[in-house]
Amino acid sequence: MDDFILEMNHITKEFPGVKALNDVSFNVKRGEIHALVGENGAGKSTLMKVLAGVYPFGSYTGAMMFNGAELQFTGTRDSEKAGIAIIFQELALVKQMSIRENIYLGSEFQKNGIIDWDATFVAASKVLHEVHLNRNPLTKIIDLGVGEQQLVEIAKAVSKNASLLILDEPTAALTETETETLMQILRDLRAKGVSCIYISHKISEVAQIADRVTILRDGRTIATDDVKNMSEERMINLMVGREITQRFPRVEHTPGETVLEVRDWTVYDKDLPTRKVIDGVSFNIRKGEILGIAGLMGAGRTELAMSIFGSYGVGRTGELLLNGKKMVANSPSACIEKGVAYLSEDRKRYGFIAMMDLCGNITLASMAKLWKNGVIDGNEEIRRTEQYVGDLSIKTPSVEQKVGNLSGGNQQKVVVGKWLMTHPKVLFLDEPTRGIDVGAKIEIYNIMNQLVEQGVCIVMISSELPEILGISDRILVMHMGRLVGDLSWKEATQEKVMYLATGGK
Amino acid sequence: MENVNSKTVTQPQNSPGGNWRNWMRVNVRQYTMILALLLVWSIFTVLTKGIFISTRNLSNLFLQSATVAIVACTMVLVMVAGHIDLSVGSAVGFTGAVVATLITKASWPTLLAVPVTLLLGLVIGLFQGYWVAYVGVPAFIVTLAGMLIMRGGLLGVTGGNTISPNSELFRQFGQGYLPQLFIKVAGFNDFSALIGILAIILYNISALRSRRGRIKHGFAVSSPRRQMLIQVSMSVIIALVFSIMVFYHGIPYAILIVMAMVLIFSFVSQNMTFGRYVYAIGGNKDAARLSGINVKKTNFLIFVLQGLAVAIAGIVYTSRLNAATGGAGTGMELDVIAACIIGGTSTMGGEGTVFGAIIGALVMASLDNGMSLMNLGVVYQYVVKGAVLLIAVAVDVSTRKKQ
Repeated sequence: MDDFILEMNHITKEFPGVKALNDVSFNVKRGEIHALVGENGAGKSTLMKVLAGVYPFGSYTGAMMFNGAELQFTGTRDSEKAGIAIIFQELALVKQMSIRENIYLGSEFQKNGIIDWDATFVAASKVLHEVHLNRNPLTKIIDLGVGEQQLVEIAKAVSKNASLLILDEPTAALTETETETLMQILRDLRAKGVSCIYISHKISEVAQIADRVTILRDGRTIATDDVKNMSEERMINLMVGREITQRFPRVEHTPGETVLEVRDWTVYDKDLPTRKVIDGVSFNIRKGEILGIAGLMGAGRTELAMSIFGSYGVGRTGELLLNGKKMVANSPSACIEKGVAYLSEDRKRYGFIAMMDLCGNITLASMAKLWKNGVIDGNEEIRRTEQYVGDLSIKTPSVEQKVGNLSGGNQQKVVVGKWLMTHPKVLFLDEPTRGIDVGAKIEIYNIMNQLVEQGVCIVMISSELPEILGISDRILVMHMGRLVGDLSWKEATQEKVMYLATGGK
Repeated sequence: MENVNSKTVTQPQNSPGGNWRNWMRVNVRQYTMILALLLVWSIFTVLTKGIFISTRNLSNLFLQSATVAIVACTMVLVMVAGHIDLSVGSAVGFTGAVVATLITKASWPTLLAVPVTLLLGLVIGLFQGYWVAYVGVPAFIVTLAGMLIMRGGLLGVTGGNTISPNSELFRQFGQGYLPQLFIKVAGFNDFSALIGILAIILYNISALRSRRGRIKHGFAVSSPRRQMLIQVSMSVIIALVFSIMVFYHGIPYAILIVMAMVLIFSFVSQNMTFGRYVYAIGGNKDAARLSGINVKKTNFLIFVLQGLAVAIAGIVYTSRLNAATGGAGTGMELDVIAACIIGGTSTMGGEGTVFGAIIGALVMASLDNGMSLMNLGVVYQYVVKGAVLLIAVAVDVSTRKKQ
């Protein structure tokens, strides 16, 4: 008999009109890392919210056993007390506070409301050591990298003696090294008997770290098995429910003439005007090719794209030539007018407007061009929006749906649609497939290939090496604000790109 | 308010009943506002033994709400963009005092004093807009400063005295009614009745045209029966609102101004790119900026429009009371902000409608009016208004959460 720390049996959760979970059973053994995978909308988050008490007992049917006792949570505090800690994709840390304060937020060392800071400091140092975060507990969260922030979250869970840790897409914003560190910590915790539910879109990571995996699709459990019995392809096929023959649909492109030439481009940090974030970068973007830009976090890839798009600080030198002519564009609106578009890596913050409908979002960047005298033609707007909804196969009940209600993949397609409507000549895509599921990723790749055939130049920034290698025709590698490599896809390998990206000559 | 179902892309057309429920869900906020207003009216009607519901009282109520309603039209834009304007009370008082002084002390003709005052409003807007949009000082601070500065200006202009502009023409802005047109002795105002009928006809034409447009483009429309139901009930509401005034003295000029403001700013906010930019900025400023929207210019323009609206309100206000005093407009900013919020404007920006704000203004005016009729002291008036605002936001917040 296996020793299960958690058993969720026959969980069904309905929302008006939708069965988000349909008789899902899911269990975790003590001291295992159990991966939970599935496309966006498969029900992973809903299942975890049931487990965390976000949806209280009674709002779903089915039963949960934790450490042999039945769980009936009325709120998230109950699950915390029981020893379940969830680390969401969006980190819930107070940025202006120190690591020490964050770890013990809500469970301070206190007597009569007076906090014992020394005890807090000692305890915080201890848990930080456990998660291999070599930082002073007095450091403010705002001064930490994303990876380090994640570790603080884990430290917080460790400090509460959580026996079940749930990580939702923990590596979405992490570099390779940071991911390695995280994996090691999870293994350490496993050795100490802490169980972990690991939610991820990155199948390779699942194969690397998890002991068992459960696959959800359309609110149902499709399979649960030992990871060693499953190939990556099989997991993906089970997730999407169809055979995926090609994760990266490669189409041969023949590069044409240079459309955008970047010459000796130098950009200064917007907060530290003496520091160069981009240092003398020169390259060409040619018609009919997908240009991939690889590099580690902090290499300056996003700053490069944003500065070309006129939306990063003011200190920049060098010149841009669009179709051989000098391009002067210091603002996003000027760039859009000239045919340069930039899809941000952070779609929630920079991409879409959650409370606006699809019409408003998709036409947002083209309004000045569409409605010359400032008056919107409502019917025409719907007609044009529907064209992109159709072309990009955005799944939505209506174009008057608020974008905040769509799934991540569809939100990304809305943002893609917004930029396509501006008819760009050069389209920068910054992490275009971050946080979206495999099926939607392939759709995005297909859209990119179609655009290239239509003569649009695509520059794709990505932290996922397989994606860079699988889709790009040419790969630029950046390291510390400099361009350190320019490889064709045929000569590029993971090792070569990583070698250059980490500063190897 | 066009509320026709949009074309469904992936879902098949639901049964008519299901669609109807859908439609209700989408529009429930607007209905709750109107229902809340009707509830307030019924309560006061009972409590005042019917005095409240008389055409005379309701006509006066509309007139009383006019200044708040005028400013609310642009305050919605300010708040949707994520700002706030605390200066409007002082600004209404200040512009009102200036126009009164120009007419009384400088003996300017009304037709000169009024445009100059509008210009002053524009300057106020330019000034505050500059600090908010181009210097980046939070609107809360800019308009708090503006509130103090203009309160000082108001006291300086009036010298603490009451100024009564002695101009028949000027009095029309706040006190005048549309004249009788043909029938001199009828118990109703025929000119106003004509305008009411015209409004109903125009509404129906535009509703039908919009429906035809959607059919032409192949978008789904509501069933003919439902469309008729909507149009008939809207027509009845318009008729009722107009008949209140038609059977009293007619439509006050001030209300004509309010109607014009509502039409203009509803159009601006729903059908113009500028309006869309305002919602985009309030919804997600960074995304708006990266989509090529000139955030500074848009913010600047919002405050310029607000300045203009304030001057219009100042003129109507002074004209209605036929007096400019040092205390004019005190606390009005809170009435205006409350009107917007009761009308569904989000305190976080990004959401809100002009129509809702007008309903909100009517709710606030009804509370004032009803409690005065009941001879309730000013103590209760403040307490009740505060409580209503609190409850309105609480209800709004909890319905938003459910969504």
